[in-house]
Amino acid sequence: MAIWFARLAIDRWRLGEGVRGDVDDAAAPLVLIADTAHGPRITAATRAGLDVGARPGMMLADVRALCPAIAVASADPTGDLALLERLALWAQRWGPWSALDPPDGLVIDVTGAGHLFGGEDALLADARQRLTARGLSARLAIAPTAGAAWALAHYGPDCAILQPGGSLESLPVAALRLDPAVLTVLRRLGLKRIGDLSGVARDALARRFRSAHAPAANPLIRLDQLVGRTPEPLLPVFAVEAPLVQRRLMEPIRHRPLLDRVLHDLCADMARLLEGQAQGARRLELALWKVDGEVVSRQLELAAASRDGAHLARLFGRKLDDVDAGFGIELARLRAPWTEPLALAQKDFEAGAEQHGTSLAACIDRLSVRLGEAAIRRPVLHASHVPERAQRWVPVLDGAAAQQENLAFHARPLKLLDRAEPIAVLYASPVGLPRRFRWRGHVHEVARAEGPERIAPEWWRERSTVRLRDYYRVEDGEGRRYWIYRHGLSGDGRGGNPEWYLQGLYG
Amino acid sequence: MAPLHTPLAAFARRPLPLPRGVTPADARGWQPGKADAPLHGEIFASSREGGGAALALALVLDQMAAQDVNPAADVPDQRAWLWVQDAGAVRLTGRPYRPGLPAALRHRLVHVSAKNPEDALFSLEEGLRCRDLAFVIGEVAGNPRALDFTASRRLSLAAERHRVPLWLVRIDAQRDLSSARQRWDARAAPSLPPRWNPQGPGSAAWQAQLFRARSHPPGAWLLHDQDGRLALSVAGDAAALQVF
Repeated sequence: MAIWFARLAIDRWRLGEGVRGDVDDAAAPLVLIADTAHGPRITAATRAGLDVGARPGMMLADVRALCPAIAVASADPTGDLALLERLALWAQRWGPWSALDPPDGLVIDVTGAGHLFGGEDALLADARQRLTARGLSARLAIAPTAGAAWALAHYGPDCAILQPGGSLESLPVAALRLDPAVLTVLRRLGLKRIGDLSGVARDALARRFRSAHAPAANPLIRLDQLVGRTPEPLLPVFAVEAPLVQRRLMEPIRHRPLLDRVLHDLCADMARLLEGQAQGARRLELALWKVDGEVVSRQLELAAASRDGAHLARLFGRKLDDVDAGFGIELARLRAPWTEPLALAQKDFEAGAEQHGTSLAACIDRLSVRLGEAAIRRPVLHASHVPERAQRWVPVLDGAAAQQENLAFHARPLKLLDRAEPIAVLYASPVGLPRRFRWRGHVHEVARAEGPERIAPEWWRERSTVRLRDYYRVEDGEGRRYWIYRHGLSGDGRGGNPEWYLQGLYG
Repeated sequence: MAPLHTPLAAFARRPLPLPRGVTPADARGWQPGKADAPLHGEIFASSREGGGAALALALVLDQMAAQDVNPAADVPDQRAWLWVQDAGAVRLTGRPYRPGLPAALRHRLVHVSAKNPEDALFSLEEGLRCRDLAFVIGEVAGNPRALDFTASRRLSLAAERHRVPLWLVRIDAQRDLSSARQRWDARAAPSLPPRWNPQGPGSAAWQAQLFRARSHPPGAWLLHDQDGRLALSVAGDAAALQVF
């Protein structure tokens, strides 16, 4: 069975605003808009809006010219998709599994489920009635394949049922779920209905679309999917329940030690729940309901999946320092919206195990709770010639991609300044070795120098006006060694005299 | 008649008694390449050079090479190590650059950039408690109020309890009170002449002064890096050490 919510965005807006369906049609015209690079563009319009000439895809300015009084609300595609996901789960009442057909459709497998409702007609009528009760306008169809059901729902009569062996030849070719470019090609070839395609030799179609491998670009694949000659796998939607534990408190608590005790119990409950599912938590949400109706929520993310109750309680404890209990907290709830499989492990035999120190994941958790996630990083190499771009910082426990190490004869400095600092350099000739430079108020005499190592700008990343760099390794009279560069050449046409910078310190 | 009063000069000539727990071999002075490195050391360095952290890494590598390899372990120690910097240290001397780190360590670095010295000390202590870290390097600029004797004593105790070495690099700092077992002062020394280009800078060398240690008398050395081990410069001329 395919369900097409033809006006999903408008219906959702209407339900959110509390406007009834029949009032909507008589009300003032309204459009939903999305901001694009060229200004607001219309994504959906009410019936009244369609009557005055607004069409999805038009610019808002054009519609304003047609109807200056048109009302505007902003579109919310993410919310629409979330609603569609919830509808997909809800629609599993008619069949064992369902799949999304974004942006505004569902496909439900009702094979062998019709007799539970008294036949497929009754199933469709039930679906129609329940959808209407929810205030959603939808078109339904049942067919032997998902493709055929989609075609009927979008282009066939409402509540159509296609029996096996039935024909869809009278539907337009757009019912094949093809890209607009392919539809244009078919229209130019004079093929308007699905039946017209059957009239063309199969070889000719295969030759015409031989380079199109995506189903949406090749009418032959879509035609085969329509009649069931080619399988069409769909990604079903499953409800995953986040583990949740909560404690209702007889007496509202107002003091921190009691809250810590409750938190400890909650974490222990959560650990037991997770252990039963062989899962470990990556993200946890703690919500505290206060007597005066306010809710305090705290979030926690872990570097690696964990179900160590004491560890979780300690991490949360740090986040509860600024909680204002007010008149008291009466309900505490802990939820784990993101879990990962974590195999059961042998517990420590010895009581002294806690003296053996923490694991790396626990250490990183504790550090990131206090310092923030961005503070603990690991350097990885990145394919670039420009020194500051050749290194990137990634989270510690992320898997390392294969990297090519730097060339061994490149003596690179131990440390790189965040921003290269400008220095004043005295040199014998503009392209020669530096003799003396002033950095942070002190003059360094260059005793030994090696260079230049020329690093050209990366033209595939940067603008053409970026100057090249000539790097020198220099050592001053006291043995301090630096990595300095000249930014550009005199007369390279990309600015005035070249400037000098100090970028790195050798150890 | 023997004089009743011992002249003061006699005290001056007499060797000082050894402190408790110090063997005569130790009393001869610090030597590189011995597996007796402390678990908590401090290195004072200037912000105008990268030598402090480099000497800390060289000391750690020297210590690792000197230790006996566990015959039961079939894989080498590939644990991560932690480098904590506070904001002042990052601003003055920059962040570690992976291509320039020692090859044995560069893929195992975990870097923490703390906003203030308090966070840096917290990170150091958490790092010392972690059994999955091989060692911890800290860099703190100046003499922050948080880094007093109590804080350094906490670090010493954590390091000795969990057997994780800590080297704290103090950038542009006064020699304040500390419980570190060895306290060094590091400066850059003219680098060794490279093999191929005598006009260019060579590999690192340091003038290192050990001014406070629990088991060694103070001293000054010219050190350089030799295939991952620390070595004394044979050309350790006295003129270079006159600066101390």
